[in-house]
Amino acid sequence: MDDRPVEQRVHDFSEVDAGLTEQEAVLEANRCLQCKKPLCITGCPVTIDIPAFIREIAAGDFRKAAVIIKEQNMLPAICGRVCPQEDQCEGACVLGNKNSAIAIGALERFVADHERAHGMVMPQKKPSTGRRVAVVGAGPAGLTASAELARLGYHVTLFESLHAAGGVLMYGIPAFRLPKEIVKAEVDAVLSLGVVLRLNHLVGRSVSTRELLSYDAVFLGTGAGLPYFMGLPGENLPGVYSANEFLTRVNLMHADRFPVYDTPVKRGSRVVVAGGGNVAMDAARVALRLGGRVTLVYRRREEDLPARGAEIARAKEEGIDFVMCTNPVRILGDQVMSGVECIRMEMCTPDDSGRPEPREIAGSTFTIDADVFIAAIGQGPNPLLISELPELKRGKRGNVLVDDEFRTSLRKVFAGGDVATGAATVILAMGAAKSAAHAIDRMLREE
Amino acid sequence: MFYIEKSEQLADKVHQMWVRAPHVAHHALAGQFVIFRIDEKGERIPLTISAVDGDAIRVIFMAIGKTTTHLASLKSGDSIRDVAGPLGKPSEMGTYGTCVLVGGGVGSANLPIIARAAKAAGNRVIGIIGARNASLIIVENEMRSVCDEFFLATDDGSRGFHGFAADVLKQVMAKERVDRVWIIGPAIMMKVTSEATRAAGIRTLVSLNPIMVDGTGMCGSCRVMVDGMTKFACVDGPEFDAHKVDFNVLMQRLRMYQPEEKESLERYQAHVCACRGGEHHG
Ligand SMILES: Cc1cc2nc3c(=O)[nH]c(=O)nc-3n(C[C@H](O)[C@H](O)[C@H](O)COP(=O)(O)OP(=O)(O)OC[C@H]3O[C@@H](n4cnc5c(N)ncnc54)[C@H](O)[C@@H]3O)c2cc1C
Ligand SMILES: Cc1cc2nc3c(=O)[nH]c(=O)nc-3n(C[C@H](O)[C@H](O)[C@H](O)COP(=O)(O)OP(=O)(O)OC[C@H]3O[C@@H](n4cnc5c(N)ncnc54)[C@H](O)[C@@H]3O)c2cc1C
Ligand code: SF4
Ligand code: SF4
Ligand code: FES
Repeated sequence: MDDRPVEQRVHDFSEVDAGLTEQEAVLEANRCLQCKKPLCITGCPVTIDIPAFIREIAAGDFRKAAVIIKEQNMLPAICGRVCPQEDQCEGACVLGNKNSAIAIGALERFVADHERAHGMVMPQKKPSTGRRVAVVGAGPAGLTASAELARLGYHVTLFESLHAAGGVLMYGIPAFRLPKEIVKAEVDAVLSLGVVLRLNHLVGRSVSTRELLSYDAVFLGTGAGLPYFMGLPGENLPGVYSANEFLTRVNLMHADRFPVYDTPVKRGSRVVVAGGGNVAMDAARVALRLGGRVTLVYRRREEDLPARGAEIARAKEEGIDFVMCTNPVRILGDQVMSGVECIRMEMCTPDDSGRPEPREIAGSTFTIDADVFIAAIGQGPNPLLISELPELKRGKRGNVLVDDEFRTSLRKVFAGGDVATGAATVILAMGAAKSAAHAIDRMLREE
Repeated sequence: MFYIEKSEQLADKVHQMWVRAPHVAHHALAGQFVIFRIDEKGERIPLTISAVDGDAIRVIFMAIGKTTTHLASLKSGDSIRDVAGPLGKPSEMGTYGTCVLVGGGVGSANLPIIARAAKAAGNRVIGIIGARNASLIIVENEMRSVCDEFFLATDDGSRGFHGFAADVLKQVMAKERVDRVWIIGPAIMMKVTSEATRAAGIRTLVSLNPIMVDGTGMCGSCRVMVDGMTKFACVDGPEFDAHKVDFNVLMQRLRMYQPEEKESLERYQAHVCACRGGEHHG
């Protein structure tokens, strides 16, 4: 389960993590204690029967392992790769911390990759209920809700505004962490349950809210795709990107292969990325692969970086320059950008999140010469559709408010994933969507 | 796949195309646009919806770069891989009194659909179309049939008024009360022409055309400065108050990919020539 060597991987977009071999998978599976009260399951938002699938790996029946996983999760090749397992299933495993817990994510990925190579397994479906449900947004939340509802016997129409399904899985997370063929294969598996996918349909525009509300129930999985900018002087200069734009150009539109693909992207020779989460790591590592020298500036300390540990380590190995306790204050340049003026920060009293609050150190500004700047400081819930539904109650950050059954303030309308929580994770979006699908089922059966 | 029902050339480099796209056609209003992606390798380009008929929409575009040149080569019966829309907010519309619609170049294509909406809302509608020369005038007949009054202007005087559309707008304003103005054309034309109405305080709307990717508010490529604030043209616009738009930022950002656009077009033309050459030699 080694990563591909740095010298090789920084020149391409092929997957960094090579995954487990059959032998490694069986060995790892044999370490599992098959706990009577498996804690790992409590850490999995979609409640995969983890010991059961691991037992089948140990026994060499990889297909049966896939059947068990698919019972609860239609996107295992994706989750096995991008779940923050250390905070989820592996974090809960009795064997303890990072180094000794069972590598559940890697095992799940192994099973899913084996399944893809040997023919996909199809979970059971209930007979048709004759009712129609609309799902908006084909990200992890929408895909999961669609799959679950289709299995429960509903006629599901899944609307997606882009030309491809997958949401952030397609446009945000780069191929070297999540190859796009894998997303396509798992999306196809969801569609083969009978879900009707309508691409290029922006709900609120291509589908009116009246048409939407004519379905027996609605699930909103529109995500948190609204990029935040920092409000810096010079921010509209050519060369300045939101992480969403930069990543979409490369991941969804394949700008790394311009001019074979038509969409261009600025290949900076010196790139500055602002932010410290997974999105910032992805943007930095993409910019590096496009040939840039990349500096990542983050306003807090290294130990405060919110990104996954493994991705920070990989970014460093690949040669990203980390400059901590630093914040951009101005984009320099005339006609196009030429540099970023930054200021040093010091850490003061802890804020609400318990982390020390960063404060500017007067007179400490300095300049980093750069031709590309990428703001990766967060995204908010997509406002378009939810602002067309004025009765929908929203929280302070623009997120759709839901109760513990994922019901919104609008009758028959449910929501889950990033649109309800703000930018979070794939598996939390999927867990919410699955619960919402069952709540929709209960509601429609009671009618 | 979206079928091209009809494709024809209107003027030098200017083409019109009817595309079957019921999800767009059934919801489109004046001022909205679509995003086309011609094929798997294509980029997503925004084009204004200039008319709707049943299940089909019409776009009118100028072949200036790789994608629009490729689009111009497509014929009826061909298809476009992706058509997303209608996108953007519809034109602000109400009963204002006298509305003047000013078009520059291919931007004139957007006027008839707005003219019809303005007429339907009970306004008196005056149309002005400006072009470099007579051969570049488009949608003239459509405008004549909707507008209460209609004027032409050409830079070289080959038809209509000899001069700019802005001059005709000023003449109209001198003659009668004007309540609302739309100006649609190249950024520089909108910038200059909208100065004519600033002093009189006439609400003037322009349709901005920044470079876009998704067209749904997700990337920020289309950001423009309006009244000192950053707006996303694809969801907050494309129509904005002309007197509050920072046109310099718009023009600067439109130049962002000039070297790449040139490379892409040259590569495409070389490829097309090579193919044609092959045909000649049998
Ligand atoms: C660069 C990046 C890296 C990340 N890395 C990780 C990671 O490693 N691990 C992890 O767990 N999480 C990661 N995340 C977070 C994770 O991707 C999200 O939490 C997750 O995708 C949320 O799923 P969702 O279905 O709620 O929304 P999204 O994935 O955002 O999907 C929403 C979909 O809805 C569509 N849509 C929006 N509005 C409309 C409308 N009106 N009509 C039709 N369609 C609409 C959008 O086009 C989109 O396809 C990352 C995020 C980013 C941006
Ligand atoms: C909301 C909106 C509506 C539009 N409606 C129309 C329309 O109805 N008809 C039409 O012909 N065009 C319209 N445009 C412009 C159109 O999208 C561009 O002409 C097109 O993307 C160019 O693609 P290309 O690959 O052919 O040229 P490129 O190779 O991308 O560009 C070639 C030349 O065009 C300039 N250019 C690039 N993008 C734009 C742009 N967005 N606007 C203006 N110039 C640009 C470049 O600076 C360059 O000089 C619209 C743009 C927007 C944002
Ligand atoms: S889906 Fe995620 S949390 Fe659940 S078992 Fe798999 S890796 Fe762990
Ligand atoms: S908690 Fe750990 S050891 Fe126990 S069953 Fe789960 S994976 Fe196996
Ligand atoms: S084009 Fe992406 S936000 Fe407008």
